[in-house]
Amino acid sequence: MQELSLNILDIAENSVAAGATRVVIGIVYTPGPAPLLTITITDDGHGMDEDTVRRVADPFYTTRTTRKVGMGTALFKQAAELTGGSFSVQSRLGIGTVVTAALHPDHLDAVPLGDVAATYAALVQTSPEMEFVLRVCRKGEDPQEFVADTAQFREILQGVPLNSAPVVQFISDYVRENLAQTLGEDLFL
Amino acid sequence: MKSLAELQALRDQMKDQMGIRHDAKDNIRVVVGMATCGIAAGARPVLQRLTEEVAKRSLQNVTVAQTGCIGICQYEPVVEVFENGKEKVTYVKMTAEKMARVVTDHLVNGNPVVEYTIGAATEAINQ
Repeated sequence: MQELSLNILDIAENSVAAGATRVVIGIVYTPGPAPLLTITITDDGHGMDEDTVRRVADPFYTTRTTRKVGMGTALFKQAAELTGGSFSVQSRLGIGTVVTAALHPDHLDAVPLGDVAATYAALVQTSPEMEFVLRVCRKGEDPQEFVADTAQFREILQGVPLNSAPVVQFISDYVRENLAQTLGEDLFL
Repeated sequence: MKSLAELQALRDQMKDQMGIRHDAKDNIRVVVGMATCGIAAGARPVLQRLTEEVAKRSLQNVTVAQTGCIGICQYEPVVEVFENGKEKVTYVKMTAEKMARVVTDHLVNGNPVVEYTIGAATEAINQ
């Protein structure tokens, strides 16, 4: 994957497949001498048992039937660990799953965060019946936060479909501009 | 910077348009493969371009959906077009540029772009 935002899209699609009704994508940037980028994807999908959680980052384990390999989680884990970061999956059957990746964005092998707005817009567009929340924070001396929430968009739209092309385009631009403002324009994009 | 007030304005504008109902039988469903294989191969920019073109041309009869891995990972990004009463058209190895042409030629004018289809791609291999 060329961008972490594509890993986020891929992992969130697993939440969609797990029957989640609400997915929260968290991006926390902590600047400083050893900057840290923490990405979490939290869903209320059907979850996994302990045995499945243990095997989930194994590229030769998959739930799908068309192929015997499942690279998605393995690729995200690799992207985190290549920067000296960490990766974890916590899950409870019937409750949901939390995928957490902590990365060092200044590391030589760090993949750029990329276009998170395009990822968010793609999720909203292709699963318009679900709720997607994007929470982006920048910590440090001048803390910033931005939250995009489909529940809020829905309230404003009053029945105009969330997945209609002009609305999706608005959401994409709105998130992109606010995200750049929150995280710092040239840092990851 | 864009604000939610603009979304309200967009809503009002779209509510006016929603009064004009199009015939349900003209509906076109466009499905983009969004499993790991599709995403890694570039499905997201294809989807982005599709949305841009649909918005630009105000195509109200086009709905966009996603699907998981359909087992032809080597041909991703894959885009399938479903129209009532017509055979499904499967486009393979899509790019944003190819998507723009599929919107004008196929979705607007009803002529599938044969050279981008899976039939053309497999024929090229067999020759």
